[in-house]
Amino acid sequence: MEKIEAKDVNFYYGDFQALKHISMSIPQNKVVAFIGPSGCGKSTFLRLFNRMNDLVPGARLDGEILIDSRNIYAPGIQVDELRKEVGMVFQRPNPFPKSIFENVAYGLKVNGVRDKEFIAHRVEEALKGAALWNEVKDKLNASAFALSGGQQQRLCIARAMAVSPSVLLMDEPASALDPISTAKIEELICEMRDQVTIVIVTHNMQQASRVSDKTAFFYMGEMVEYDDTKVIFTNPHKEATQNYITGRFG
Amino acid sequence: MVKFVETELNELKREVDQMWSLVNSQMEQARDAVINLDKNVAQQIIVRERRVDAFELKIDSDVEDFIALFTPVAVDLRFVLAMLKINSDLERIGDYAHGIARFVNDTGAATFDAGLMEELRVKDMFSIVLDMLAELQEALRDEDPVKATSVLSKDDQLDQINKSSASILSRYAKENPDAIPFCLGFAGVFRKLERTGDHLTNIAEEIVFYIDAKVLKHTGLKDA
Repeated sequence: MEKIEAKDVNFYYGDFQALKHISMSIPQNKVVAFIGPSGCGKSTFLRLFNRMNDLVPGARLDGEILIDSRNIYAPGIQVDELRKEVGMVFQRPNPFPKSIFENVAYGLKVNGVRDKEFIAHRVEEALKGAALWNEVKDKLNASAFALSGGQQQRLCIARAMAVSPSVLLMDEPASALDPISTAKIEELICEMRDQVTIVIVTHNMQQASRVSDKTAFFYMGEMVEYDDTKVIFTNPHKEATQNYITGRFG
Repeated sequence: MVKFVETELNELKREVDQMWSLVNSQMEQARDAVINLDKNVAQQIIVRERRVDAFELKIDSDVEDFIALFTPVAVDLRFVLAMLKINSDLERIGDYAHGIARFVNDTGAATFDAGLMEELRVKDMFSIVLDMLAELQEALRDEDPVKATSVLSKDDQLDQINKSSASILSRYAKENPDAIPFCLGFAGVFRKLERTGDHLTNIAEEIVFYIDAKVLKHTGLKDA
């Protein structure tokens, strides 16, 4: 079953066309990796899935992006509602200047949940789901900034997962982390695929091959190839893909 | 591509090519040793077998290092996997040349019955094996999968000669009971050459796998 569908997507920053005629389907509860050199459009494409580009001056989208068969750019779509469904984790951990507990509870409270018992339960669940609970259960009221970079990133994942999204977007979520924290994030990705559809942008080829079910290779605003990750990393059909993943690019 | 990775891959290919030339030379000498019943040549093969073994270990180690250090994917991964398997096949072929040399070295026979040699087609068998070795070496050098697959049908000829050798040697042994030990040893030469053909078939399949990502193994598609 398809979770996300892009239909002939073109995207512009003013006169510059950042994405060219991209069509793809992302299956539900799968992990899809976007790879490609810097400036190829993969992050721009990712950000279209929760309308993060809406406020970029001069930005314009042609085509359709459907989540659960609903065009998320159709008139009347509430962006805050959309972002409840489509969570996001960024390259650098960005906890709020609040306590660990408040960071995870934030999304629930913003969405009007007042039941303290329910909030506490969800915070614990989300922290457990992000493999952080054992490390922070005795200091939930401490500042989130007191955590290490890897812990902060898992806190951000817990924060995103607390509102039970059905899609999680990850933009180079481990690029600023050490190998141990990276391994924890990758393990989380594999565990979370039962609950959410994950789209991850990464420059780390091995990360893409380890965690994703499908991989898309982008180059100069075009999606060159999109296939099962095994195919992309063993026998890609396009020469450009092979050149990129084997380091023969340019 | 990053130059040092390309350099490593080229170096690996060069090593396998050198191993190939060494094994080819062993098999050529095995032919000379058998046809002339030349124990001196047989001795040289036996001594050089250690070099074949050492070369195999070196290539194995270099492939392991490359995988560990460069985590190859796609065509690079297929290349190193193919080199690993081809290396193993070449070493086995080297073993067969060594085994043939041992037969020549150990046999009590001083000369061959010329008529028997003609009927057994042992020269033809060596020629086919050496042709296959040379053509496949060229196929790898040129990265030519068509050339690689073109040798596959020759393996059938080896099978046929080996099959007929059993009955010819059996008949000869009955007619010449004194030659029974020789016939038993000589049958081993044919089996080794036939097995060499099987390893050369594997090598052809590995070359196609590396270049075209096609798996010919166990498909029965010798003409693919």
